[in-house]
Amino acid sequence: MGSRPVSDDDVYLADEVQIAAKILVVGHFAVGKTTFIGTMSEIPPLRTEERMTQAGAHVDDLMGTRGKTTTTVAMDFGRLTLSERLVLYLFGTPGQERFVQVWEDMTRGALGALILVDPERLKESFPVIDLVEQYGLPYAISVNHFDGTPVRPDRELREALDLLPETPIVTCDARDEKSSANALMALVRYLQERSR
Amino acid sequence: MTAPEEQEPESAQLVRPYVITNGRGRLDNDQFNLITLVTASDQVRPGHLDPEKRRLLDLCAGGYLSVAEIAGHMGLPIGIVKILLSDLSADGYLLTRAPAPPAQLVDVSLLQEVLDGLQARFG
Repeated sequence: MGSRPVSDDDVYLADEVQIAAKILVVGHFAVGKTTFIGTMSEIPPLRTEERMTQAGAHVDDLMGTRGKTTTTVAMDFGRLTLSERLVLYLFGTPGQERFVQVWEDMTRGALGALILVDPERLKESFPVIDLVEQYGLPYAISVNHFDGTPVRPDRELREALDLLPETPIVTCDARDEKSSANALMALVRYLQERSR
Repeated sequence: MTAPEEQEPESAQLVRPYVITNGRGRLDNDQFNLITLVTASDQVRPGHLDPEKRRLLDLCAGGYLSVAEIAGHMGLPIGIVKILLSDLSADGYLLTRAPAPPAQLVDVSLLQEVLDGLQARFG
C-alpha cells in the first residue's frame, strides 16, 4: 500500500546533492505553466494542494468554520538536477492574491520568477506581475509563442506591461525544451547582473 | 473574484488531515520550507508510530526529497506534511539539508552554478 514510488531510482535526489534552489514559473490561468514545468522537469511533475478558506485566511481557521467554503490552491512543480551538488526546483502557481500564505511559502528563498505571458491576453498578466513585484521578486517575462502567431515587438510589450527597461523579455514555446531552457537562462543572467 | 466552480464545499476530505495532525493547523517555525531536503535517519522507529508518519518515513527512507516532493508523493497538503516532518524531526527520525539562502543573500557563484548547469544540460 502506501505511496512510496516503487522501483524508480529517479525519484530520489543523488546523495551528493547539497543545495536546493527555487525559481517560480507564474502566470494566469492556462498560460502554459504546467506545460513549461513538464517540459523542463527530470521527474514527472508533481502537484501539491493547500486548502484555504476564502479571503486568504490561514488553514488553521478552518477549525470550527463549518459551512464556509474552501478553495484548493494547486502548485505544480518539477525538478532539475544541475550539478553534483545543486538541484533546481520549478514551482508553478496562478497569481491569486488572496492566498497570502501560499505566496509567502512560494516566494521565500526563490531566486526569481519567470512570468509567462500570452501576447493575446496581456491584461490577464497584470495582477500576476503586480503580485510578483509586491513580493520583491526579480523577474523576466517569457512570451508564449506558438507556430504561426505573430511576434509583437518588445517595445510594444514593454509599454503594455509597464516593464522596467532592464527587465528581460524572451519568447518561448513552453512545449520545447531548448526554448524553455533559454527563457530560464535569460532570467538567471538577469539575476546575475542584478547581484553584481 | 472566484468563479463558483473554483470553490468546493467543506467536505469529509478536509477533516482527515487534521485528524492526522491531532488538530494542529499550521506551524509557526521555519524549519521546513518547500525545498528543504529531507531523508530518514538511521534511528530505529518505535512500534507504535502513526500510520501517516510511518508512510512518510517509508517514503523518505529511499533518499533525499524536497518537502514539496514528499507532499506530492503522499497526496497531502504542504501544511500537514510540515507538521508531520516537524514531529518526526524533533524525535530524531529525519536528516535535513537547508535550502539556498533567500534572494537578497544569494551569491553570484550560486547563480553561475545554475546557469552553468542549464547550459550543460540544454545548451
